[in-house]
Amino acid sequence: MTNLEKYINAFVESLEVAAEDVPALKYGESDQWDSVGHMSLIAALEDAFDIMVDMDDIIDLSSFEKGKEILAKYDVEI
Amino acid sequence: MFDVNELPALSAYEWAHEEKHAFLTRELCELTRHHAARCPEYHKMLAASGVDVDRVQRFEELPFLPVRLFKEFSLKSVPDEELHKTMTSSGTTGQQVSRIYLDRETSTLQSKVLSRIVGEFLGKQRLPMIILDTSAIIKNRAMFSARGAGILGFSMFGRDKIYALDENMQLDVEGLKAFLKKHEGEDIFLFGFTFMIWQHFCAELRKSGYRPDLSRGVLIHGGGWKKLADQHITTAQFRQALHETCGLTRVHDYYGMVEQTGTIYMECECGHLHAPVWSDITIRRPSDFGVAEKGALGLIQVSSLLPHSYPGHMLLTEDEGRILGEDDCPCGRKGKYFEIIGRIRRAEVRGCSDTYEQK
Repeated sequence: MTNLEKYINAFVESLEVAAEDVPALKYGESDQWDSVGHMSLIAALEDAFDIMVDMDDIIDLSSFEKGKEILAKYDVEI
Repeated sequence: MFDVNELPALSAYEWAHEEKHAFLTRELCELTRHHAARCPEYHKMLAASGVDVDRVQRFEELPFLPVRLFKEFSLKSVPDEELHKTMTSSGTTGQQVSRIYLDRETSTLQSKVLSRIVGEFLGKQRLPMIILDTSAIIKNRAMFSARGAGILGFSMFGRDKIYALDENMQLDVEGLKAFLKKHEGEDIFLFGFTFMIWQHFCAELRKSGYRPDLSRGVLIHGGGWKKLADQHITTAQFRQALHETCGLTRVHDYYGMVEQTGTIYMECECGHLHAPVWSDITIRRPSDFGVAEKGALGLIQVSSLLPHSYPGHMLLTEDEGRILGEDDCPCGRKGKYFEIIGRIRRAEVRGCSDTYEQK
């Protein structure tokens, strides 16, 4: 699986959304990506890329696009 | 006004009185103007108070709103289309709940400041986390409560989380054993609500005879003492029970409310609650609402720089307490430190962990 596939997959599995909807997702703008979903998403990303995300980055990860920037800090290129 | 995005970068407990008070006065005056310009109801109340913000020398002169106003009115300082979420307080059936309107900016600010404060006690690393509550609490999003919201808010500081209690409120002994084996030698973060910890976690440990070694644990708990006070349980007994049943010694209570999420008041190693740089405590005499002197009992007013989307920056609570000192706590943290005595009579019974009713 490519990193992009793993990245999309983390959203699909933790938020229970369809893969084609993932790129448009923003935190708080869908029922699935609420505060509960957010913590599941963080856990899924940490598992998928074997990283530990800092608190500030957890707070800042507010969209599909923003998440890519944040993962780059952990040397994960999407 | 101070750049909102820079606020979380301040050190939580380093500013002494003069610097902090001048800073808060300047910022709270600005916030008062901000809300008066955006929230018509607040504008009216400010006008009725007769306070001229331009002449205010000390933030204590600014008007404050009773917390219960947020139950009776929809108070917001942002247009509806910018609302991100609405927090409700933990009113039990039949009581009215507070409605706190958050936009993205205020919500993010709350999370960042909370993480700054908690980081002072847990360190920068996210620790393995045990939630001293039932796994049922966040499974059903429809019945999502203040307890669930609190658990989620604090989950940010943990990793590899487990719940100590299963869906039937039974201790998950096997789960705890496996978790502690996996994280042997590591610091562990524990979080829960005071009443649930006492009534379920400690009680279940006693009953089962299982004595997990949590001597490397740091517990943060909150949600009020009302139910324990009713049973005549003191802080000392609570701590003693934790020490006996699982070896926990690093235990920090906190005081906070949904009306000012983010700026919580953490209990230090000396047992004192501390105001961080972003907020302050003022004790007011119930007779005339004047500022009470140090050590005197009175109503607690909380002032916070975080509320931008709703006019909740200066609130009079229904809790009673007293200031113990300022800038000179033996723990080394600057700012005021205080204690809570209880809730004033006639006030509604409320507290986060009070929403759990024993069957």
